[in-house]
Amino acid sequence: MRDPANEDGHREPRAVAEAVARRSYGKLLAFLAARTRDVAGAEDALSEAFSAALTDWPANGVPRSPEAWLLTVARHRMVDAVRRRRVGEDAAPHLQLLVELADTEDRADGEAAIPDDRLPLMFACAHPAIEAGIRAPLILQTTLGFDAATIASAFLVSPATMAQRLVRAKNKIRQAGIPFRVPERADLAERLEAVLDAIYAAFAEGWSDPAGTETRRRNLAAEGIWLGRLVASLLPEEPEALGLLALMLYAEARRGARRNAAGDYVPLAEQDPAAWHATLIDEAEALLFRASGIGRTGRYQLEAALQSAHVVRRQWVGTTGRADWAAIVQLYDALLAMTASPVVAINRAIAVAETLGASAGIAALDSVAGDARLAEYQPYWAARAGLLARTGNVDAADAAYAQAIGLESDPAVRAFLQRRRKMLGS
Amino acid sequence: MQYLLMIYGNEAAMTPATPEQSSQMHAAYGAYTEALKKAGVLLGGERLKPTSTATSVRVAKGKTEVLNGPYAETKEQLGGYYMIDVADLDAAIAWAARCPGASFGTMEVRPIWPMQ
Repeated sequence: MRDPANEDGHREPRAVAEAVARRSYGKLLAFLAARTRDVAGAEDALSEAFSAALTDWPANGVPRSPEAWLLTVARHRMVDAVRRRRVGEDAAPHLQLLVELADTEDRADGEAAIPDDRLPLMFACAHPAIEAGIRAPLILQTTLGFDAATIASAFLVSPATMAQRLVRAKNKIRQAGIPFRVPERADLAERLEAVLDAIYAAFAEGWSDPAGTETRRRNLAAEGIWLGRLVASLLPEEPEALGLLALMLYAEARRGARRNAAGDYVPLAEQDPAAWHATLIDEAEALLFRASGIGRTGRYQLEAALQSAHVVRRQWVGTTGRADWAAIVQLYDALLAMTASPVVAINRAIAVAETLGASAGIAALDSVAGDARLAEYQPYWAARAGLLARTGNVDAADAAYAQAIGLESDPAVRAFLQRRRKMLGS
Repeated sequence: MQYLLMIYGNEAAMTPATPEQSSQMHAAYGAYTEALKKAGVLLGGERLKPTSTATSVRVAKGKTEVLNGPYAETKEQLGGYYMIDVADLDAAIAWAARCPGASFGTMEVRPIWPMQ
């Protein structure tokens, strides 16, 4: 089992454990949870297995298959936990499931042999018997190992509330007997939406680390695209699955262009199309074309189409090309009618400013200003500041920039906003 | 897993049913029960008399209180139940949807808490 010549064997045990956690957390959890229906129990067991690795590996060397090692330890912890606390519940069938698990594991000597149950796990989390608002957070936590606090910040909910709702949802999966499987065609569309939302949330969380300094978050964007490719390949006739993958690829294509050589933030309108990843954009355009041919429009296809209207600038040389703003306003109108999202309304206001002028953009922003969720939403204040500056309303723009700067967590974006603020009235 | 399928419906709307409607409903439930048996998932099930026949009992501070009527006045009342043993919630939902009661009211699906 121990093999000092192995690639991982040369590395620090802690670094190997972290690498495995990043690479395989969701796969290991899906495997354990799908066979016991006990998501919380699987999480606890897996977390104990990772702690055990940090004690065992430095002393005994990194095992040849770290995944299989972790799975074995986690399984034993699950059996122990079942014996300890499953009084009054169906311990017998549960133990039977764990025996099956052991059989599978004996055959699974190595990483490749561990089946990938992430898709069935995602559909269990997206089951209609689970409260709608908690489905995406639950998928994020189980497939990527996010803690409740991280998820809470992404979904604008308090950490304590998020933790409580996640616990309730996991209990429901176990106690109500929610199956871990991809649903039949008849139920697919409805359940797919929640799965796609969760994948996009994971991608967005990873994409929001433009400097690429946090490996874990950068990995999230890659995981999101990987999950998107998986779903799109399994469900090639679902236009929204194709639309989501296209959307993520458009965004990924612009990842590098968001920073110049000095590491400064570059807004979309000022990005050099030559810095975009042409192959990814071509793939995205092809996916979007295929999706629109199926003839059922939806949120992700509209968002991908918006990206497509921005990348038409590729056809011009340098940064002189203009995005198709008229099309962008129309697409935002459709998206707003579908989602009623204040975030969509902000982006629509920016597009309106491009077609009808800054004052019209400000008027469009005013229509959502009453939404309490926007008070602490940086893009709202940044958009407002930019439009106020263009109308020459320096004092109001200055105050809005101050608000946006105070709410921004990315240093490069903060510096960009500070530069814009200094340019006011000059 | 074992599930209780509870059949909720509006008693007031059911009462003035014509004899033909009643016998049609009776036949539909008969066929449904037969299908459950054939599938080998039926553990039991009964129809309940209307809530006008219900009596509620509770013991508070050592004193037994007997109340006329159901536990809660609701728009739809529990009219019967089936107990089934199936693989998972999706299978239980599929059977609940086939019950004639699902077309006239609401089926509540609850997992049984197994005792040792």
